[in-house]
Order: sequence, then structure tokens, then C-alpha cells
Amino acid sequence: MLKGIPVSAGIAIAPIVRLSQDQPIAHETAISSADVSSHQSRLAQSIELARQQLEQLRVQTEEQLGAEKAAILSAHLAFLDDPAFTGEMNSAIESQLLSASAAVSQVADQFISLFESMDDAYMRERADDIRDVSRRLIRNLSGEESSVSFPEEPFILIAVDVTPSETLQLPLSHVRGIATVKGGSTSHAAILARSLGIPAVMGVGEALFSQMESETLLILDGATGQLYPAPDEETRKRYEAKAEEEAIERVAYEAMKDLPAKTLDGHRVHLMANMAVPEEADALVASGVEGIGLFRSEFLFMDRSTLPDEEEQFQAYKRVALAFGDKPVIIRTLDVGGDKHLPALALEKEENPFLGFRAIRISLARPELFQVQLRALLRASAFGRLLIMFPMISHLEQLRAAKSILEQAKSQLREEGVAFDENIAVGMMMEIPAACLQADAFAKEVQFFSIGTNDLVQYTLAVDRMNGNIADLYSYYHPAVLRLISQVIEASHRAGIWTGLCGEMAGDPVATELLLGLGLDEFSGAASVMPKVKQRIRTTTIEQAKRTASHVLTLSTTEDVIAFLNNKAE
Amino acid sequence: MIQFQVTVTVEGGLHARPAALFVSRTSQSQSKITLNKGEKIADGRSILGIMTLGISQGDHLTIQVDGSDEERVAAEIQQLFQQEFAS
Repeated sequence: MLKGIPVSAGIAIAPIVRLSQDQPIAHETAISSADVSSHQSRLAQSIELARQQLEQLRVQTEEQLGAEKAAILSAHLAFLDDPAFTGEMNSAIESQLLSASAAVSQVADQFISLFESMDDAYMRERADDIRDVSRRLIRNLSGEESSVSFPEEPFILIAVDVTPSETLQLPLSHVRGIATVKGGSTSHAAILARSLGIPAVMGVGEALFSQMESETLLILDGATGQLYPAPDEETRKRYEAKAEEEAIERVAYEAMKDLPAKTLDGHRVHLMANMAVPEEADALVASGVEGIGLFRSEFLFMDRSTLPDEEEQFQAYKRVALAFGDKPVIIRTLDVGGDKHLPALALEKEENPFLGFRAIRISLARPELFQVQLRALLRASAFGRLLIMFPMISHLEQLRAAKSILEQAKSQLREEGVAFDENIAVGMMMEIPAACLQADAFAKEVQFFSIGTNDLVQYTLAVDRMNGNIADLYSYYHPAVLRLISQVIEASHRAGIWTGLCGEMAGDPVATELLLGLGLDEFSGAASVMPKVKQRIRTTTIEQAKRTASHVLTLSTTEDVIAFLNNKAE
Repeated sequence: MIQFQVTVTVEGGLHARPAALFVSRTSQSQSKITLNKGEKIADGRSILGIMTLGISQGDHLTIQVDGSDEERVAAEIQQLFQQEFAS
């Protein structure tokens, strides 16, 4: 069995097709001056072929997926005419006596490193476009004319990584899954796989290629990241049964997509999704979620040497606000610390980063930085329904300080005559036990709570969730964690505000009835698991859920809680 | 040679799509076209060159057009920035 990062849920069972991306530069790098003109004309043919391929793909993409997705292909076409790109390749053949493919690689690599060093996240991603076009040129040169040819029957694609144009070319009727050597859950291909509903596992490593021949039968589980090349009879039967179950579930989920998350006796809650990058917005809107319960703003700050300015942040938040229209989007202000690589903030590496300088603690210590984010959020709030959420609040003073900086940002914008949502709701994460115990005091000063179980469990049980030696101690079913959750929800309702939960627990169907019974108002998890949660809600009653919750609160061990809930779930 | 200044009003700056539009206009011209942002210079026919200038909304550019059809080309570029990019 192989394992990678699960990026798009679902089970796929099919023979593999390897996407060839061998870069045949090693074969012939240097050429003699007699061969210059033949290499130049091969390059010209390869460019011409690429033009035809891209033009065809552009027309096709525009018809099937719309003008916006096709626009990137117009840029690819323009690269082909760029004197600094293909023109430079042509001169490099002559001046440096490089083979056509070596010239393509050399010029492309220069642009790739140039784009990758840029501060703007959008521009950094353009390195993928250069890779895409240069790979196409090299493939054309090596004679693999039909750059990607797929069988007319079900298959799982395996590749080093998948470029945007390759993903757009996949025959949706036959591709059952995608597995790649590189990449992670925020790569372009991962986002597209999720939005097209193709099960995918990425970042598997070199073993993906070494352990598989072409046409090997592969089982891919996009929910767990597991891959079984050439599975035995028993594994295969097990997964076939699981896949069939999923197919039946999908039909059932599709049927309830537009139905409310309401119990049999009419108790209504809200199902939202978590989102990491704005590119996911369209797919999430289409999936039927009621909004975004957690949009992490970190993506704007990662892997870059300077901070995103107000304009860049504003554009990103605005895009999300517009995509969701009148559906709510909860944006959490910057939540990072010394455990994440954030060159722009130059944070010191800490001995104990989870108890250190992170999240709201950084924002309050660097108000000039915090204010930029709040101004951008406020400006974007004029274009949709945004809610602001502060992470890692433990002291009431922190909440007050954060709100006062927000008020300053508001009055600046008012003076400047810039539009924003005057009634924008402000909430806080409930992820530190101290805040949960004092929930009644906090509830008077915010409009909502969102319980972050991942950190709450870690802080309540003093268990580092990354430490494998103590992984068995980490559970959100620990009675102490459940009591904190119960207290937070009760305190919020007494103050007339609502409580949501973002974290793995929200998407765990075994926990659904318990959370419902504790009075949770909003569940926010990965979009792929929320239909299961909705089904649980729609097939129980609030009375039944309350009985479950009050019984669970009498149990005194994690084991007892899990046994009781599993028993009920079956 | 004609030299003039423009302010970039296109939302998000001169990224791939507007840069592609820009070179589609300049590629037919006989003149040499240069974009200057501060000290950085790009060939007006090179989409990648323009993109690597990292031009943001609000940036000021100096554009030089030099050649037989410079007047027509300069007017076209100005129109592009003032009207099409602004809408």
C-alpha cells in the first residue's frame, strides 16, 4: 500500500495511465553548428503544433467550462509569440549550440525562477503556466504529438504533477481518479479535482512511479490517501463494495442538496464548509453549502518575503464575498506562529510555538499589520456577507483591543468615504480552555462563537497532536472537552448569540447527534463530508439528540463516550 | 520617438489577461515599444517581460514608442489604458 495526501474524497478502481512528462533534455544537449538550422526548424514546428493544440483546447474549454477558465489558455498562446520566450529559445540554439529541447528548458527555467521569486501570489503561480507551455513544447519536439492521449475507458491518471491545461484536457467521462508524486491540497490540480469531483491523492512521492507499470489496476481512496496497486482479490472486493455504497450515498446526497439541515421535528441548523484558498469558492457554492464557516486568511501570507498590501488582500476577500453573494463567509484573521514558515513576518523559531507568539497575539503586537488586514476585510464586506473572527483569544482584554482596532479601521474608512458593511458581525474562536470557562463574559462582547476543536483538544488535554507517541490520548470525545463545548454553547444561547464548530469534529457523522443535542447552531467541515452530516441531522429529532447529549455528559471516560456513540450510529 | 505616462487602473494590475491583450495590440506594429516601471524595463511585445515587471493597480508606467507608425501605436496604447483597462 502507498499513502499520499488525501485531496479529493471518493474511491476509484481502474487501470492506471501514466502521464508522460519525461523531459528528454539529457539525450542531446549540445549540438554542432551544422545542426543549428534543423533544430531551429524543429522548434518552429513544435511551436506551431502547440499553437494548434492550444487554440483547439481554448475553444473546447470555453464551450464546456466557460470563458473564465479558457482565458489562461489565451495567455499560453501569447507566450508562444513572445520574443523573450520562444524568440530567445530560437537564438539560444544558434548562440549556445543547444538542442531545441535544451533551449526550451533553459529559457523556461529562467522564467520559472523569475516568477517563483516574485512576491505576488498570483504571479508566483504563473510559474506553473510557463512549465505547462514548455512541457508542451518539449513533448511536441520528442514526437509525442498527441501530448496527452487517454483511453476510451475508465482510468486513473498518475503523474509527477498535473498542470492546469492537462487537468482541463482530462476526459471527464473516463477519468476516475488522479494520483501525483508531488503537490498538496492547495495546488491548482487539487482544487480542480475537488471542483470536478474526481477522487485524488497527491504528494505520494517517487514510489508512485516505481511501484506501478502501465495498466496496473489501482485502488485509490481519496478520503484517506491510500493507494493499493495490483490489489489482491479480498481488498478489491472490499473496495468495490465501498465504492458501490458511496455511489448510492451520492445519489441520496444529491437529492438532499437543496434541502435544509433540519431534524424530523423541525429543528434547523446550518451546514457550512471550511475553505483554504479563494479558488475553491465556485466549487463550494455549487456543492450546496450554506456558506463558509472558516476561511483561513493565512494563504495570503505564506511563502513570500513581503507582506500582502491592503489592495491585494482586499481583492482576495472581495472575490470570495462576490462568489458567495448573500451566503455568509466567516474570515478568520491571521492565525500563524513560530511553527509555520512565514518569511514575511520574520518570526523567531520558538521552543514551544503552540504556547507562544501566534495568531491574535501577533496581530495585537503589530497593529499596523492587523489594521491593513481589517481595512481590507471591511472594504470587501461591501460586496457580500462577510463575518470577522479573531483566533486564539484567551483574555477579554485581547478581544477588546482587537475590536478597538477594528473600530479605528471603520472610522478611517468612514472618513475616507469608502463603503463597508456597518453591521459586520464579529466573533471569536473558542479554542483555549480559559476562554471556554469564561464564555459568559465573552458572549456579551461578540456576535458569535466558533469552537475550534483541533486546538481545543490539544490545549485541554495537554496533548500535542503531532506527537505519534501520545496520539491515543488525543480525542475530542474526552469528557472534559465535551463539557467545555457544552458550556460554550449554553453561555452563547443565554446571551442570545450563536455557536458554530469548525474542526474535524464538525464533519464526523458519529458526533453529529451529540453536537446537535448540545445545541450547536452551525457545523463547518470539509465540504465532502457535510452531506453525511446533513443526512444524520435529517433522520433524527432534536428530542432524541438532546437525550443522547445528556447521557453522554454523564459518561466519565473517552472510551465510554466512543462506545456509546458508535453503538448508536450503527 | 514618443514618450508618455500612464496610470494602471485595471483591477489587480497588469496580470496575464490584460498583458495578453496589450501584446495582441502591439505585435502588429512596426515600432519598438518599451515599458518602464521605475528602473525596470520590458519589451512591449513580450507578455512575459511585461508580467515580470509586476505591475500593480495604481502604478505609473512610462511608455516609449519609436518607429514609423509611432503616432498611431502610441494613441492606441493610450486608449487601451484609458478606456478598455479602466472599464
